Amino acid sequence: MCVCPGPRRIGIPVRSSSLPLFSDAMPAPTQLFFPLIRNCELSRIYGTACYCHHRHLCCSSSYIPQSHLRYTPHPAYATFCRSKENWWQYTQGRRYASTPQKFYLTPPQVNSILKANEYSFKVPEFDGKNVSSVLGFDSNQLPANAPIEDRRSAATCLQTRGMLLGVFDGHAGCACSQAVSERLFYYIAVSLLPHETLLEIENAVESGRALLPILQWHKHPNDYFSKEASKLYFNSLRTYWQELIDLNTGESDDIDVKEALINAFKRLDNDISLEAQVGDPNSFLNYLVLRVAFSGATACVAHVDGVNLHVANTGDSRAMLGVQEEDGSWSAVTLSNDHNAQNESELERLKLEHPKNEAKSVVKQDRLLGLLMPFRAFGDVKFKWSIDLQKRVIESGPDQLNDNEYTKFIPPNYHTPPYLTAEPEVIYHRLRPQDKFLILATDGLWETMHRQDVVRIVGEYLTGMHHQQPIAVGGYKVTLGQMHGLLTERRAKMSSVFEDQNAATHLIRHAVGNNEFGTVDHERLSKMLSLPEELARMYRDDITIIVVQFNSHVVGAYQNQE
Amino acid sequence: MADYSNKLYQQLEQETGIQTGYIRTGSIFLAQTQDRLISLKRINSRLNVIGIPSEIISPKKVAELHPLLNVHDLAGAMHVPEDAVVSSADVALALASAASQNGVQIYDRTSVVHVLIKKGEVTGVETDKGQIECQYFVNCAGQWAYELGLSNEEPISIPLHACEHFYLLTRPLETPLQSNTPNIVDADGRIYIRNWQGGILSGGFEKTPKPIFTEGKNQLEIHNLQEDWDHFEPLLSSLLRRMPDLETLEIMKLVNCPETFTPDMRCIMGESPAVKGYFVLAGMNSAGLSFGGGAGRYLAEWMVHGYPSENVWELDLKRFGALQSSRTFLRHRVMEVMPLLYELKVPRWDFQTGRQLRTSPLYDRLDAQGARWMEKHGFERPKYFVPPDKDLLALEQSKTFYKPDWFDIVESEVKCCKEAVCVIDMSSFTKFEITSTGDQALESLQYLFSNDLDVPVGHIVHTGMLNEGGGYENDCSIARLNKRSFFMISPTDQQVHSWAWLKKHMQLDSNLLLEDVTWKYTALNLIGPRAVDVLSELSYAPITPDHFPSLFCKEMSVGYANGIRVMSMTHTGEPGFMLYIPIEYALHVYNEVMSVGQKYGIRNAGYYALRSLRIEKFFAFWGQDLNTLTTPLECGRESRVKFEKGLDFIGRDALLQQRQHGVYKRLAMFVLDDHDTDLDLWPWWGEPIYRNGLYAGKTTSSAYSYTLERHVCLGFVHNFSEDTGEEQVVTADFINRGEYEIDIAGQRFQAKARLYPVASLYTHKRRKEDVELSDLHGK
Repeated sequence: MCVCPGPRRIGIPVRSSSLPLFSDAMPAPTQLFFPLIRNCELSRIYGTACYCHHRHLCCSSSYIPQSHLRYTPHPAYATFCRSKENWWQYTQGRRYASTPQKFYLTPPQVNSILKANEYSFKVPEFDGKNVSSVLGFDSNQLPANAPIEDRRSAATCLQTRGMLLGVFDGHAGCACSQAVSERLFYYIAVSLLPHETLLEIENAVESGRALLPILQWHKHPNDYFSKEASKLYFNSLRTYWQELIDLNTGESDDIDVKEALINAFKRLDNDISLEAQVGDPNSFLNYLVLRVAFSGATACVAHVDGVNLHVANTGDSRAMLGVQEEDGSWSAVTLSNDHNAQNESELERLKLEHPKNEAKSVVKQDRLLGLLMPFRAFGDVKFKWSIDLQKRVIESGPDQLNDNEYTKFIPPNYHTPPYLTAEPEVIYHRLRPQDKFLILATDGLWETMHRQDVVRIVGEYLTGMHHQQPIAVGGYKVTLGQMHGLLTERRAKMSSVFEDQNAATHLIRHAVGNNEFGTVDHERLSKMLSLPEELARMYRDDITIIVVQFNSHVVGAYQNQE
Repeated sequence: MADYSNKLYQQLEQETGIQTGYIRTGSIFLAQTQDRLISLKRINSRLNVIGIPSEIISPKKVAELHPLLNVHDLAGAMHVPEDAVVSSADVALALASAASQNGVQIYDRTSVVHVLIKKGEVTGVETDKGQIECQYFVNCAGQWAYELGLSNEEPISIPLHACEHFYLLTRPLETPLQSNTPNIVDADGRIYIRNWQGGILSGGFEKTPKPIFTEGKNQLEIHNLQEDWDHFEPLLSSLLRRMPDLETLEIMKLVNCPETFTPDMRCIMGESPAVKGYFVLAGMNSAGLSFGGGAGRYLAEWMVHGYPSENVWELDLKRFGALQSSRTFLRHRVMEVMPLLYELKVPRWDFQTGRQLRTSPLYDRLDAQGARWMEKHGFERPKYFVPPDKDLLALEQSKTFYKPDWFDIVESEVKCCKEAVCVIDMSSFTKFEITSTGDQALESLQYLFSNDLDVPVGHIVHTGMLNEGGGYENDCSIARLNKRSFFMISPTDQQVHSWAWLKKHMQLDSNLLLEDVTWKYTALNLIGPRAVDVLSELSYAPITPDHFPSLFCKEMSVGYANGIRVMSMTHTGEPGFMLYIPIEYALHVYNEVMSVGQKYGIRNAGYYALRSLRIEKFFAFWGQDLNTLTTPLECGRESRVKFEKGLDFIGRDALLQQRQHGVYKRLAMFVLDDHDTDLDLWPWWGEPIYRNGLYAGKTTSSAYSYTLERHVCLGFVHNFSEDTGEEQVVTADFINRGEYEIDIAGQRFQAKARLYPVASLYTHKRRKEDVELSDLHGK
C-alpha cells in the first residue's frame, strides 16, 4: 500500500502564490519555465514555495503524508521540518542548476506519459445488436502526487442490471481512496440486490458453495486491489448483507437506487471507522485500517441502468453530462454539487449541524475548521471521532501512528464532532437521446478547465471519431486539388484527436497543454509533463477522468417504448 | 474467366447490335516496390502461357503509354494491351436482349420471395407477382444472395458480405482523355484509374473498409448511401500523387456503390449441396464485370452437363459450410478481404480475422509450445513450432517471395521426422463413418470408389472417389473397421463436398448409415523411425512390422485410454502411425506420447514439415494437385484403380478408355537444379513448366526438400503439338526424354522431371561420422 515517501505536496499559501506565477508567465510564450525559476526576482517567491514545500517533507516521510493542499499547514509542522532545509537546497541545486536550459519531451514521449494509465472499455456487441444504453467508457489519470492519490473504478453489476463508474480523490495519502475504490461498488451492488439473491449468496457462503459473482470489474492493470485486506473487507461486507437480510420486511423488492447509494456510502464509511477502532491482530492490517481511516477521500459515482442515471457525490469531484443540441452544439449539464465552501447550501448545512457559537469557526478560510477543503468525505476520522476516541486509538495504535505529529494533532475549535460526513447527495437524471456522454472527474480537471470547454472538447472528439460533419460536393464546382486540400486540412485538424484513442486522454492533453487560445500547445504540454515530482503538485492536482458514452439509439428506443 | 468475358463482350455488339461501349484500351499495372514487381512478373509469365499477351515494362515506357502518370516512384509495370473497358449497364442490356431473342422471358421489377423446394429439389419460385415453376434456380442476387439463400425453408448458406465501395467521377479534362487511354491499376496506392467520358473514373480498395448491411437491410437503402469524402481522402491523395496534373480537374461526384466480398476473395458458384437444381453465382469481389462472362459460361455448362469444363473447385459453393455463415464472421472477414485485393499476395498467406473457430482439444497446449497457426475450413492447424529462444519477424515483415524466416525451424522438424519421431496434430481431416446392416456399405462404396474395398478387416485402402469422367471428386483413405463398417478420411475442405457427393450417390436409409465423425476424433500423426518405439511403450499390443504391417488399422489402448484407432500410415510416406483418438482422451494420449517420447527425442511438428515430406515423396494432395479433372491414370496411380474387381464403379468407363488411348497430361515431380535457395525466388504454385523450351503445363504445388536439399515442384506435363497447339498423348518416355525448366517470375530454372520419387529417400541413413554430442540432448 502507500506509505508515501519523498517530497510531494504543498500547503495552500504556496499554491496561491505559485499559480499566479505561472499564469503570469504563460502569456509570454517565449519565457520558459525553467529559466524563469532562476530569474532572481522571481526566485524569491519560489523560495517561499520551497520553504513551504520542504516543511512537509519530513511529515510525509512519516507515516501519514498529510501535506495535501486541502490542509493548511499548521504552525506545529514548521519546527518539525526545519532540519531538512539544507537537504532541500542541496537537491534543488543539483537538480536544476545542472539541467540544460531547454529540455523538451518529444511528442512520442508526451504521448507515452499521457497514455500510461489510459483504459477503454467497450460494452461487448454481439452481431450488431446492442442492448446496453452504455456504449463504453474511456478513463485515464495523470498523477501530480507521487504516488497518485486519485483512484477510479468501473464495474458492471452482474446480479442486477446497470453499470457503476466512479472517481475518488484521496487526501492525506492514498490509503482511503484506494480502500473506497475497492469496496464502495460492492456495498452499492449489495444494497441493490433483491432479498432472494442476498439469501442465496449468504447460504452459499454458509455452506461453502461457489458464490454468485456480483461485479465484473473493468480495470487498468495499474488499478490494484489489496490482497491482504481482502478477507477483512469481505467480512465487513458480509455483516452488511446479513443485516440487510435481517432488516428485510419482505414487503417489496422494489429497491430504490437513490436510497441504496446513500446507504452504501454511509455504511462503508461506518465500516472504515469501525475497523480502525477495533483494529486487527495482524500488525500490517492494523496499520492499514488506521491509515485508511486517518486519510480521506471524496467520491463521485454514477450508476447507469437503461435510461436511469443516478449520480452520488460526496466531496468536490464532479459529474458532467454532455448534451448535444439540435444545431450540433454542445452544452454541459452538471449532475452533482460540489461540497465545499463555494456551495451556499453546504455552508448552511454545516452551520445548522453545529451550535451557533461555532458558526464562525466551523468554516474558516473556505475550509472546514480552517483545514479541509471538501465538506464531505470518506475516512478523515480526525473530523468525525470525539477527541477521546482519537486519543485512545492513537495511544493503543502502532508506534508509527504515535510518533506522527499530524495524527496527534486535533483540529482547532473541535467541539461538537462529527464535522464531516460521507453521506452523498444523489441526483437522478433520465437519459434522453441528446445526452451523449457523462464525464466524471476529480477537481484536478475542473480547476483547470471550464465545464463548458470540457464538454465541447469531449463532444467534438467523440463525434469527430464517429460522425464528423460530412462534406458533399452537391452542385458546386470543386476541383480535385481543392477537395484534397480541404480533406488534408480536416485531417490535420483531427490529427490531435487521432493521436488519442481515448477521450479521457484527449481531455487531459487539453487540460494540461491548453494555451490561452484553447488549443494544445506542445511546448507547454512538454514542460508541464516534465516537471519533477516535487514540483508537479504546485502546478496541477492529480487528474482522473472517466468519459462514459451513451448509445443514443438504445436510449431513444427506451423512450419510444413509453 | 476474364479472357472469355473479354471475347464475349467483344462479340456481343456484333451479335445483338447493342452498343456495349467496348473499347480496347489495355491496362497498366504499376509496381511501386520490387516485391510488387515480382508479383507482376509471376502473373505475367502465367498470362503469357495461356495466350494473353502482356509484358513487363520500364517506368519510362509507362510514361509513354499514359501522358498523365507520375512515374518517378515506380519500380516497373505490367502492360496488358488487350484489356478492354465496357459499360456494365450496356453489357447487361445486350445480354438481356440476346437472351430475349432466344426465347428467354425477363420479369422486370419483380422480387423473389422464396424458392419452392420439394424433396430436396427446386420446383419453383414464389415472387411478389405470383409463382413460377422451374427446375433450376440460379441465385445471382449479389449482396442479397445471402438473405435470399436463407429465405428458403431449407436455408442455403452463401457466405458473402457487402462493403461500401467508393469511386470518383470527374468532368472531362481540358484536352479530354483519348478513349483508348489505358486503365491504370496502382495497387500499392490502392487505386484504379480509367478514362470516363474524357474525364477519369477512379476508385480503390482502402485499408479500412466500411462493411454494411450486416443485419440485412432493405434494398431501398442502397439508394441513400452517402458520399464519404473523409473516407476517400487516402485514395484521393494517392490519385493525385499518381496524376499530379489532375489537381485542377473538376469533381462530378463520388459514387458509393456497395460491392460484395467472400471470405476467401474468390467468387461463389455451383450447385447447393442440399438442394438439387439450386445454383448460385455471387460474391464477385468487385470483379463482376470482368469475370461475369466466364463465370456465366461455366455455370451454364454446370447446369447443362452437370460439371463445368474447367476445374472450379476453388470457386465451388461447397468449399464453404454453414460454419462460414455467421454474420459476425463475415463482417470481420470482409474487412480483411477488401484491402487484401490490392495488397501484395505472397506465398503462404493466412487470413488473420475470423480465426480460432474450430480447434483441436490440444490447441492451447500446442500454442503454449510455440505453435504458429494456419486455418483451413475454419480449423486451426499448426504450421510449425517456434522454439522458445527464437524470434520470428512480425507478420508484415515476414511477407516475402524468397526464403522465409521459418526455414531453419521447419528443417529441424523435418530432420526429427526423419531420424527420431515427431507428433503432428491432424485433427482437421474430414472423417466419415459408413455402416450398414448387411453388405450395403461395401456395395455402395465399391461403386463409388475405384480401388477394391473388399479387403480383410483392418486393412486400409488409398482410393479415389471419381466422377463419370474418371476425375477425382475426392482422394481418401478408407479403413475397413469390420465387415459392415468403413472409416473414411479425406482432406479437411472435403467436409461439405464429399458429404454432398456421398448423399447424392448412396441409397441412405435405416440399413445404410453415413455419419460425419470429424468432431469426434482428434488425430495425432506420429512420424518417424522411432514412432514404433513410442507406441510399443504405450501399448501391450505388439506393433512390430510383422504384427502391424503398413496400411493396417487396429483399435487398441494407448496409455490408459482404450478404443484408439491406430493406423500404420502417415500421409507422408515416412514410417509412423496415425492415432484417431476420441476427443476426451486427446490430452491424455498426447501427454503420454510426449513423456514417453522424450527419450526418443520426440518433438512437435507442423504442416510445413509434413508438406515438405509429402512433396519430396511425390504424394499429391486433393485440392492442390488433384481435382475433378485429373484421373488416377494421369498421376501414376493405376495401382489404386481395380478395373477387375468384378463390379462397375463410377468413372470406370472413362478410365478404361483412357488406359487404351493414353493420357493427355501426366503429373510429374520436378527437382530444381540450379536454384539457389538463399538467393533465388522460391517457387509457389502456378509456375509455367517448359519442356525443351516449349510450354508444357503449370506446377500445382512446391516445397523445399530438406533431404534432397533442392526445391521440389509437382505439376502436370502436357504435350501440345508444336503446329496446332492440340493436346497429344503423354507417355512416360515423353516425360523422361524432355529437358525441363520452371519459370519463376520470368526467370527459368533447370529441373529434372521424375515420375517416381527419389529412391534414396527411403533408405536415408545418417553417416556415422556426422553424429555429434548435441544429438544426445533431449529436444
